[in-house]
Amino acid sequence: MARTAVPRETAGPERPEADVMREMFETMWLIRRFEERAAEEYMRGRIGGFLHLAIGEEAAVVGSIAALRDTDPITSTYREHGQALARGSDPGAVMAELFGRSTGMCGGRGGSMHLMDKERHFYGGYGIVGGSIPLAVGLGFAIAYRDEPAVALTMFGDGAVNQGVLSESLNMAELWRLPVVFFCLNNQYGMGTAVDRASAEPDLFKRAEAYGMPARLVDGMDVMAVYAAVTEAARLAREERQPSMVEARAYRYRGHSMSDPDTVRAADEKERWQARDPLVTFERILLGEGIVTREEADAVRARVQATVDEATRFAEESPVVPESDLAQDVYADPWSDDPRGSVVVGG
Amino acid sequence: MTTTAAPTPAQKTSVSYREALTQAMREEMRRDPSVFVMGEDVGQYEGAFKVTRGLLREFGETRVVDTPISEAGFVGLGIGAAMADLRPVVELMTVNFSIVAMDQIVNNAAKIRYMFGGQVACPLVLRMPGGAGHQLAAQHSHSLEAWYTHVPGLKVVSPATPYDAKGLLKTAIRDDDPVIFLESEGLYSKKGPVGGPDDLVPFGQAALRRQGGHCTMIAHSRMVWVALAAAEALAKEGIECAVIDPRTFRPLDLDTLAASVRTTGRAVILDEGWPECGIAANLSARLYEACFDWLDAPIARVACADVPMPYAKNLEQAALPRAEDAIAAVRRLVGAGPRRG
Repeated sequence: MARTAVPRETAGPERPEADVMREMFETMWLIRRFEERAAEEYMRGRIGGFLHLAIGEEAAVVGSIAALRDTDPITSTYREHGQALARGSDPGAVMAELFGRSTGMCGGRGGSMHLMDKERHFYGGYGIVGGSIPLAVGLGFAIAYRDEPAVALTMFGDGAVNQGVLSESLNMAELWRLPVVFFCLNNQYGMGTAVDRASAEPDLFKRAEAYGMPARLVDGMDVMAVYAAVTEAARLAREERQPSMVEARAYRYRGHSMSDPDTVRAADEKERWQARDPLVTFERILLGEGIVTREEADAVRARVQATVDEATRFAEESPVVPESDLAQDVYADPWSDDPRGSVVVGG
Repeated sequence: MTTTAAPTPAQKTSVSYREALTQAMREEMRRDPSVFVMGEDVGQYEGAFKVTRGLLREFGETRVVDTPISEAGFVGLGIGAAMADLRPVVELMTVNFSIVAMDQIVNNAAKIRYMFGGQVACPLVLRMPGGAGHQLAAQHSHSLEAWYTHVPGLKVVSPATPYDAKGLLKTAIRDDDPVIFLESEGLYSKKGPVGGPDDLVPFGQAALRRQGGHCTMIAHSRMVWVALAAAEALAKEGIECAVIDPRTFRPLDLDTLAASVRTTGRAVILDEGWPECGIAANLSARLYEACFDWLDAPIARVACADVPMPYAKNLEQAALPRAEDAIAAVRRLVGAGPRRG
């Protein structure tokens, strides 16, 4: 990775209020503990399908979402439990969705990869790499169409950068000056393939520059740096209708998903990144500036642990999805009560 | 439920299928400011087939948007805009280019309502001219009704007449689900009566285009006219065919199709698309399930030849379903078993 640029961004002029910083700290810990618990529940067989964890990426997730207004729409990838939690979705509804229960935020039909909370303007997690990027451009188009003071932010990974729809989306956003923030959460690997083995230009933010769009690189392990960069990107979009791209370099501590044995990445590489753990780093800043005390930091950890325990208990005790729900919401107005038609499935 | 062959025209003047579509968009854009039109060359150029003629002039660039050649990108954009409660009418210059946007259509448009537990709608219309017959060769001659009908979450519409083109497009624009609206390039100049601003054609209602008791011909889009020509020729031999146009494949009005087949005991299904896993194949399966005990002969399919479309005019014509193919199929079926009606 010697050829790539080095993030120079440090905490910029845009700093949140102290209570917002405390809230961000708590959300980062909530995500960490939630993800750890999700991994345990997956191993116990209570969560099915794919489970992609964002441990190590908390600063990028929380720093970007905290820099937006609550009404700014966002889209994400299949690694999006943290985005839902950062948007304020009920942790019980998120865990219940992972458990596939009727109280899940999508009624058990989405699962880990397809969380959504429209009420909180979280427009979902999507399973096809890059596939949700043009949707966010559409959300930005709708904002511009109605001349609203909002911004659409789309999160995608380093893998999505090589999908054609990113180029198409960047082009349309700049062509029509749509209020969109392209937030690339570069966690260094597209599943098991390192960025410099997949991208001819491993400085991913430079892709946006080709479309005449401002782009910047930030340290994705530094929540204040991410916050500052996205604050500026959101301001550009909101006030000047100028889309832009932010690349945040972070690291996922776990494998691509729970089914990834994670044999490709070197141990010393992981250790190097973990030495800069975003939660530890942020706590040091908060302690140093007297924004939280050691006791308060411990209380935060205890509180989020209780929240995660309660969320898990809620999920566990929630009813399974009734089979009568099978054909709900395929269409606004279903014309058949029997989605199997005349075909006997498994009969 | 069956409607009659010629709905009462609100407008005496005959307009083209093309103009009928333009009227539908113009009226719906006047009625609802959340409706906008987007696609390649739909604005200044007024559409590759001139279906969006006059719209840019009337509604301006915010609502009539010329896009780059980025089908996946602008279809995805349309889906996002629809999630934000706009009503995009996105034109794919032809159905062939919709293949480039297939991930957006199948993975996003069709699924977002369901997989997110009903939290969002996708009131999107994707207009796609298609079909063959102009020597456009293998990559520009598709009929992909079957591909889209395969996908739960999509609605699939394919009008045969100017009246239906207008009435079904208006219904599509007002519908809260993604609608694949398949137009026939070969029908754009076809003239006929159309309805007024409030005349909608509902989805899921087949149209009886011709009465007849000896055999049921099922055909949609351009194939309706092929079937009617075949039926006229057969009538001279004393064979009377019903011609039924399903008009929409999702939802499908199986009841009307089955009721006719139970009466005639015979069915010939015309389809401009390929035969394997095609529209005719699917309708055939559905009719066997619904009408097996009433059939006096096997159901016949008259579909496109199972080949990529050739360029040479004579080969292209040989590949496409023709009236004589339908006539031969009907004769074969009527020759088998007792004749009813």
